Amino acid sequence: MTLASLQRGLKYVIDGVDATDPDVQRLMVLGLVEGAEVELASSAIGGDPMEFRMFGNAISLRREQARHFAVSPAGLGE
Amino acid sequence: MSKEAVTLVPADQISIRRKPSASIAVVGNPNSGKSTLFNRLTGMRQKTGNYPGVTVEKHIGIAKVGDASLELIDLPGMFALSAHSLEERIASDVVLGRIADVPRPGGILAVVDSTHLYQGLYLLQQLLEIGLPVVVALTMTDAAEASGLSVDAEALKRRLGGVKICPVVATTGQGLDDLRLALAELTEMPQPDPPEFWEELSAASEELAGGIPATVPRIEIERALIDRDSELAAEVAGYLGEGGEAKLEIYRDRLFGSEPPLASEARKRYTWVRDVLAEVQHAAPVITTWGSRMAMFMNRPVPGTLGLFIVMAIVFQAVFAWATPLMDAINAGTGALGGFVQASLPDGALASFVADGVIAGVGSVIVFLPQILILFLFIIFLEDSGYLARAAYLMDRLMRSVGLSGQSIIPMISSFACAVPGIMATRVIPNRRDRVATILAAPFMTCSARLPVYALLIAAFVPAREVGFMNLQGIVLFGLYMLGIVAGLLTALLLRKTALHGPKPTFALMLPEFRRPNMQTVLMQLLGRVKIFLKRAGTVIFAVAVVIWALAYYPRSEEIASTYDDLRASAAQTLTGEELELAIAQLDNENAAVQLEQSLLGRAGKVVAPVFAPLGWDWKISAAVIASFPAREVVVAVLGTVYAVGDEADEATLTERLTSATHPDGSPLFTLPMVIGLLIFYACCLQCAATIAVIRRETGGWQWPLFAWLYMTGLGYVGALIAFQLGQ
Repeated sequence: MTLASLQRGLKYVIDGVDATDPDVQRLMVLGLVEGAEVELASSAIGGDPMEFRMFGNAISLRREQARHFAVSPAGLGE
Repeated sequence: MSKEAVTLVPADQISIRRKPSASIAVVGNPNSGKSTLFNRLTGMRQKTGNYPGVTVEKHIGIAKVGDASLELIDLPGMFALSAHSLEERIASDVVLGRIADVPRPGGILAVVDSTHLYQGLYLLQQLLEIGLPVVVALTMTDAAEASGLSVDAEALKRRLGGVKICPVVATTGQGLDDLRLALAELTEMPQPDPPEFWEELSAASEELAGGIPATVPRIEIERALIDRDSELAAEVAGYLGEGGEAKLEIYRDRLFGSEPPLASEARKRYTWVRDVLAEVQHAAPVITTWGSRMAMFMNRPVPGTLGLFIVMAIVFQAVFAWATPLMDAINAGTGALGGFVQASLPDGALASFVADGVIAGVGSVIVFLPQILILFLFIIFLEDSGYLARAAYLMDRLMRSVGLSGQSIIPMISSFACAVPGIMATRVIPNRRDRVATILAAPFMTCSARLPVYALLIAAFVPAREVGFMNLQGIVLFGLYMLGIVAGLLTALLLRKTALHGPKPTFALMLPEFRRPNMQTVLMQLLGRVKIFLKRAGTVIFAVAVVIWALAYYPRSEEIASTYDDLRASAAQTLTGEELELAIAQLDNENAAVQLEQSLLGRAGKVVAPVFAPLGWDWKISAAVIASFPAREVVVAVLGTVYAVGDEADEATLTERLTSATHPDGSPLFTLPMVIGLLIFYACCLQCAATIAVIRRETGGWQWPLFAWLYMTGLGYVGALIAFQLGQ
């Protein structure tokens, strides 16, 4: 599953990033890397863009960009 | 990535640029409380300028510590040394001492927001590797406690190798004295060495340093290895001589393998950041604040979007309702001053120049100040409270449909006051194509200079009929606003499909929490922006007003002057008292109108009148439109003169005169289709020299301003033509 399909109220951990796209690399510089704990905070009308929380920071991304990040539910072993 | 050229220090002057100065660079993430802290430390001892070659503002201030004074440079907010936007690039170039006119800083004040340590520590780790002495200001410690976090500053200090850490609350001033002392010692006393964060990288730069002039700091070699396509990488490859680029590639391969270097850096540093976070940051009970409750509610898609529309409606209502009395007062003031000057100086060119050229010219600039002040106040307030970022997020989908991203919404909102600051606000947009498309869309937004024109024409020619619960005049005004928005968005779409075609813009935006803005910061920013407006718009609009005055004044016809002198003399013999005064005023106005008809401007109006005839305009309107090309609001004053009601006439008189104006054959001139056409013309046309100048500055050439002018004028003409011809 990817960042684009999170359920609200649950915590997830990023466990894989497809880093070939320079825009994705920029998001990694902003903290979306493997091991980061993320939560879905909100979305705009139509579910896009989405707002995520990670370690107290809120970042908004488009659904399309969120698909570059693989996640798994937190607490299920790494 | 923006392509604007930053003036870098030439390579042969490298020893000069490496000389460290005593100034301290204030560096931190956007919204880390950096500017509030900078304002707190320096107070009013600030000066603002521009970095050479680009339009990013440079803020330098002096902080007093006892008798000593320290120079602080407030840099644009940044997330990392690898630049993404123009502002971020300037920030990292200043820290590295790579910009002409700005000496390499002697130390760094790293501002880290304790509620956002995750990204703050990432930048901090990079800053510590630069090799300059660093002091850390840990801001918003009060907010951290409120949101249920406690930060162990001692543990953090240990992890950073003993770097001085000063917890501060910039809004109350708590901890500032400690910070001042630490800053005073920063470049004087030896500072502890930071720990080795990335051995492999240091080792690689050490090896490469053998073939590079000793004046190039290690950090630049390290950045060259990581930021593959940067200017710095090319520079370092140049130092390495032939095969330099290949040599760097070999090292990159060894360090990062098949991973993109930037991704590798992010993974490596954030692993350290998470480790530090686990040690220094502890959860504490959460205190619900005004901001967090508000954020929770506004996070829902529908209330959030509705809330945005309500906020915008309140802002516009306030801008117009509060500004109108002030604007009327300014108008009355400049009018009275002009009248006084004209009465006290002998009649002639000098009196006319001072009253109609200088005073009217200056007045035409300051009359917009109330609206601009109020709108800026709201925008800065919304920006500092964190709301504008949320607006960008909520509007992203709409902007995406025209090929832009949510980040374009802030420049567009600013453009409703004035396109000049709106266009300057596009600097945060990282992609050049998105930025230029936004710059070209911004001047379509209904700025405050269009309002007097709209107000005059609507009051004169649109019946004040009730339509449902609305007024027809209000509907037309609303329609003109919508026309501007739609035309601007369609222009952006058109450009993104053609000349600015490129990959779809991405959208990644940090959303700050809602915060009560700091009034000092708000006022300092307001002052700064108003200064810029007055300087840019003031000089251009003023110069234009003088030129237009000269065109409308010269040549003077002696014959006309003596004819009217005779008429006045004969009036004085037959009439007395109030009747005489009225007759003289009437003759003065007619005199001015006849003089204008044979002036350069009047003649120009007659020459171009055939071009505008298909739009239903006569030479008088053509002359007024020509005069308003450099500054659109001038049209009201020129219409006043040309229709012989005097340029200080109140709107009612001018309205009356316009409604009774006819073509030579006696048919009414201002028919509804013609007026609608004229309104459309003013909605579209780029009649603003200040905007043209700022487009040139921000895009770095004449190509885009020229295109914008031709395109918008063409669109206005076609729109007016269609409206008039269909309506006939």
